[in-house]
Amino acid sequence: MPPVDIDATVIANARLSRDYSVLSLAAPEVGKRTQPGQFVMVKPAGITDPLLRRPFSVFEVLRNGAGEVTGISILNKRAGRSTKKLYELEPGDVVSCLGPLGVPFTPVAPPVEAWMVAGGVGLAPFATLAESLAGAKTPTTLFYGARTAEELFYLDFFEQLGITLVLTTEDGGHSLKKHCVKGRVTGPLEAALKNAGTSSSGNAAAMVYACGPEPMLEAVARLAARYNQPCQVSVERVMGCGLGGCYSCVVPVRHGDEHANLVRSCISGPVFDGAELVWD
Amino acid sequence: MAPDLSVSLGSLTLPNPLIAASGCFGYGLEYEQVVDLSMLGGVVSKGLFMKERQGHPPPRIVETPAGMINAIGLQGIGVHRFVKEKLPLLNKAGARTFVNVCGTTIDEYVEVCKVLSQADGVAAIELNISCPNIKEGGIQFGCSLTGTYDVVSAVKKATHLPIIPKLTPNVTDVASFARAAEDAGADAVSLVNTFLAMAIDVETRRPKITNVLGGLSGPAIRPIAVRMVWECYQLVKIPIIGMGGITDARDAIEFMLAGATAVQIGTQNFVDPFVWSKVLDGLKDYMTRHNVAKISDLIGTFDPTPPKAVHA
Repeated sequence: MPPVDIDATVIANARLSRDYSVLSLAAPEVGKRTQPGQFVMVKPAGITDPLLRRPFSVFEVLRNGAGEVTGISILNKRAGRSTKKLYELEPGDVVSCLGPLGVPFTPVAPPVEAWMVAGGVGLAPFATLAESLAGAKTPTTLFYGARTAEELFYLDFFEQLGITLVLTTEDGGHSLKKHCVKGRVTGPLEAALKNAGTSSSGNAAAMVYACGPEPMLEAVARLAARYNQPCQVSVERVMGCGLGGCYSCVVPVRHGDEHANLVRSCISGPVFDGAELVWD
Repeated sequence: MAPDLSVSLGSLTLPNPLIAASGCFGYGLEYEQVVDLSMLGGVVSKGLFMKERQGHPPPRIVETPAGMINAIGLQGIGVHRFVKEKLPLLNKAGARTFVNVCGTTIDEYVEVCKVLSQADGVAAIELNISCPNIKEGGIQFGCSLTGTYDVVSAVKKATHLPIIPKLTPNVTDVASFARAAEDAGADAVSLVNTFLAMAIDVETRRPKITNVLGGLSGPAIRPIAVRMVWECYQLVKIPIIGMGGITDARDAIEFMLAGATAVQIGTQNFVDPFVWSKVLDGLKDYMTRHNVAKISDLIGTFDPTPPKAVHA
């Protein structure tokens, strides 16, 4: 289905910390179309600063009590001018929201397990993916790393879906409810990959899904390749349009033995086969 | 009676004056899912050389106040793949396709134009002699009056298609370049390409885009672009396609009053891919309010009488 552009009213803007918020938008037509891993292009409506929209993974598809889709949320981390404006929005404000856009994750079904690897704001695409995987009864683990325990969010949400949590913090701090391993999320991931082997069907035991800072994505893709597990990576690049028009968001991709080509992450991604991405 | 939005660029008649700008609309087909391409006056392709080009490493764009700087570096599939893979689909979609032609030498411009002359469904050639983002070719012609004259004359001899040189604003007197293009036989000129610009990350003291320099576009440049269209309109007789930061119908009309026969919309596609129907509606509304039956009657009707003094 083609994307739609909605002047979406802010339903809520829940500040999770001094940098993170979950911005809920009344955009049912976007929500209905969204598949896990897709994104929206967003900016506060009616202003020229910021001029361009910014890309955000759809974090949640929102539903009312009757189960009808009422909108979407995005996980916003205050980093620059645009994300600061989004962090400061209040209910009733209006946001231009174009989407859903891009290639979604390819889900896996049992007996293959799903291992989601999130770094910081890279948690964003995994709430919808987790719901989809839980619906298919795919055994799912979330490897989730943040700078501090205060920046680990939505743990109850994932637990209620039956997802196993493996948490890491760079400072070694623990969440109120959960033990956290000190260090990077790739530590426990590698330990798990070492024991992964193959599933009962003879295929790879797990599909690794990754989203987070670029060095983490590279490390995850390399680890998955080393232990022969497939890997889907959601990349984030500076993006102008989200529709393939501007050629800003390119990433180097190699198919087989071909030389690398710069392809647009908005329409050929943001989800790529980790083995095909070329790391600088 | 329905307002007449049609305009003529020499032998080429368009149903309306709105054209998608090169580099801001992919090959047009990317936007087919959100825009009916036949509704546009025309679609200008991304710049094409003979061969494929990878362009510059990212980051390639940075946002600036009411604008953006880009240095994509003319990533493109080359003219042969365009003719084979894109043009038939553009024709099927009912697009009037303008092809933006690049070259590192006059010979390359000529060769690309010859390939396009053989193809079915090219409405016109926009000659890119103004991209600020590549070292060789292009702008070296656009920044020299004799270079502009020579490349336009050479391609005019090589093709029957209308030739529309796209001019750079990065010169002292853009109108003299429009005149050089006209003297060489250009059917129209389009202006402006982007303004050479740069942005520095003060925290790291490094450039915000890999190429360091890039081209500034968006509403920030509009008043300068309007001025340049007005200057060219006073000097040349061939039609002018105006562009630079157009976001709505009022902006489009401003360019037409300054002398543009048609206008291109570029950066605003990124902001709002649904801009086209909004601008078309706005043009019709303006024509109704101002009792204008034919939009071409607006061209160059800017009245330089000083505005009435307004007291606060």
